Amino acid sequence: MQRFIFRNKNKITLISGILIALAFISKWTTGKINIFNWAMILASIIGALPIAIQAYQALRVKVVSIDVLVTIAVIGAFLIQNFEESAIVTFLFLFGAYLEQRTLNQTRSAIKELLELAPQTALKLMDDGEYEEVDIDDVDEGDILLVKTGAKVPVDGRVIAGEGYINEASITGESVPVEKEKGSNVYAGTILDNGTLQIVADRVGEDTTFGKIIELVEEAQDSKSEAERFIDRFAKYYTPAVLVLGLIVWLITKDVELAITILVLGCPGALVIGVPVSNVAGIGNGAKNGVLLKGSEVINDLSRVDTFVFDKTGTLTEGNPRVAETKYYGDNIEEVLAYLASVERESDHPLAKAVLEEIGEVNYLEVEDTEVVKGGGIIASVNGHRIAVGNVALMEREKVQLSEGVRADIEKFEKNGNSLVLTAVNGQLKVLMGVRDRVRPGVKEDLQRLKRLGVKNLVMLSGDNQGTVDVVSKELGLTEAYGNMLPEDKQAYIKKLMDEGQIVAFVGDGVNDSPSLALANIGIAMGSGTDVAIETSDVVLMNSDFNRLTHALALAKAISRNMKQNIIIAVGVVFILLAGVLFSDWVSMSVGMLVHEGSILAVILNGMRLLRYRLKY
Amino acid sequence: MKQATIQLETLACPSCMQKIEGALKAVDGIDNDTIKISFNSSKVKLEFDEGKTSIEDIESAITRVGYEVIKSKVK
Repeated sequence: MQRFIFRNKNKITLISGILIALAFISKWTTGKINIFNWAMILASIIGALPIAIQAYQALRVKVVSIDVLVTIAVIGAFLIQNFEESAIVTFLFLFGAYLEQRTLNQTRSAIKELLELAPQTALKLMDDGEYEEVDIDDVDEGDILLVKTGAKVPVDGRVIAGEGYINEASITGESVPVEKEKGSNVYAGTILDNGTLQIVADRVGEDTTFGKIIELVEEAQDSKSEAERFIDRFAKYYTPAVLVLGLIVWLITKDVELAITILVLGCPGALVIGVPVSNVAGIGNGAKNGVLLKGSEVINDLSRVDTFVFDKTGTLTEGNPRVAETKYYGDNIEEVLAYLASVERESDHPLAKAVLEEIGEVNYLEVEDTEVVKGGGIIASVNGHRIAVGNVALMEREKVQLSEGVRADIEKFEKNGNSLVLTAVNGQLKVLMGVRDRVRPGVKEDLQRLKRLGVKNLVMLSGDNQGTVDVVSKELGLTEAYGNMLPEDKQAYIKKLMDEGQIVAFVGDGVNDSPSLALANIGIAMGSGTDVAIETSDVVLMNSDFNRLTHALALAKAISRNMKQNIIIAVGVVFILLAGVLFSDWVSMSVGMLVHEGSILAVILNGMRLLRYRLKY
Repeated sequence: MKQATIQLETLACPSCMQKIEGALKAVDGIDNDTIKISFNSSKVKLEFDEGKTSIEDIESAITRVGYEVIKSKVK
């Protein structure tokens, strides 16, 4: 019987509403008060049924919920024969709950979209050698699965046969398909654009990277900051307190109408929903845009950050030394480059790699008598020519003449922050190359945006030499930059800033700077959805687009603002209503309920604005 | 001890959580410290002693306070 009532709550709401409308129409057209009253009585009883049952259930588990208060209010209204009020109040309460559910559903839509990316079925190799479609819950580790073109990869696993191209956007945000072949790792939730793969399952369900991301987002949406926990505790006592207040007012004034109106105001609904709804919508927006914010406290801290500390290589720069400038001396350049490339192939040095990349494919010649000079470079013999490749010290050792013009070039290259690679053929300087780790495109503008969003300091800590660091720092407009930093130096620096009272965010790639990520107020892992990053950091940027960082900061601030707006709406409305009830006439039970439900909806709709948040460039 | 993850229909009112929590605490066999109600994903996670109660009993407790159970998973 109870179940029946609950399941048909919406219909009850509708019937109640219709009865009330009919009542009013009949009053205006026929003027017969009787019909009006009976319609209202009927509406009240029908509407009150689900509310009363909810109230009873709540009391059974010793919870004084808003249903209890509304039920008492309705009974009170009945007793003073104010059937209009009782009917309208029950209707508004039910209708309000219906609207809330609808809109809250929409607010949580972002995570629902994420969940839909999760695979529901898989093609599993059965004992009879055939593939059968099974529910994703029936797949275990070690099962062999078939993934066809256009299908979602159902688990985290390895390819044992076949090849194809997978779109890993759901995990990395990169929409360029990645080639997969035997031995490659594949991830649940990604899509096989092209090809056929036979895979063995390593991790299934909640243990897949995708599953962990979903769990992370769900838990983040529920994580409560200090403020929210306070509101929760407050809410638990508020409702019973209002009941007591209503009782006291009735005892003192004997004004039933006043007392039950107070009861109706007894739900801190807008306040309790207002803050979490901003959270949910904001985190949902983040997840849709590749920014995982791990909770309410994180959002709070991030919105007030003072200093951003960056790990240089791979974060601000490409992490790949490249030849940035080249100067040629003399002729026969093609031949010289061939010698250079051939010799550099013998070296493991990262500078050699950069040079080789720059030169590209050439006819490699045979290299003999290779001599590696520590701290200098490499000397070898190609086609009888003596080739020396290395730094200035090596050139001087080889007694290579460096003219004034050459020295000027060298100075200019060094000032630009390059590491130098000089090439001499038979004692004659032929090539000067400057190798730099290039700053990633767009980083400069994004850093400026961070400053505009209110970040006071941008700091870079790097293991590279101070010269290179200074050049990058100047180019990007950083506040401070320190080179020659070992991992423990970086941690010490972060600690120093935090001891000074600054709120520090550390941005790294999540793989080798876990201690710094854990130490900083906000650890931001950029460019990976890997397990390590997810565990240790507070914010995970799913791909390595630098503008994800500005979106994360702007989003955090927007969420904070939104929460404060909601709190103001909620508290403001309660005060206005209370003042209205105590000091004036216009707040009746119905009006009170209307305004109350209205405030809850207002707060939810305000939160929903965050779903569509976009940083305005 | 078994771990249960119960998916409910969308929770819309803040006092829902208190009611569900109250109902669950009244069931003998549930480890009260492990009850976790996720308002936003409308999920209930808890640990229970399968000798003292069953997932069906737990689901009934929740539906009795007025919340529909969509599905549940026990590990």
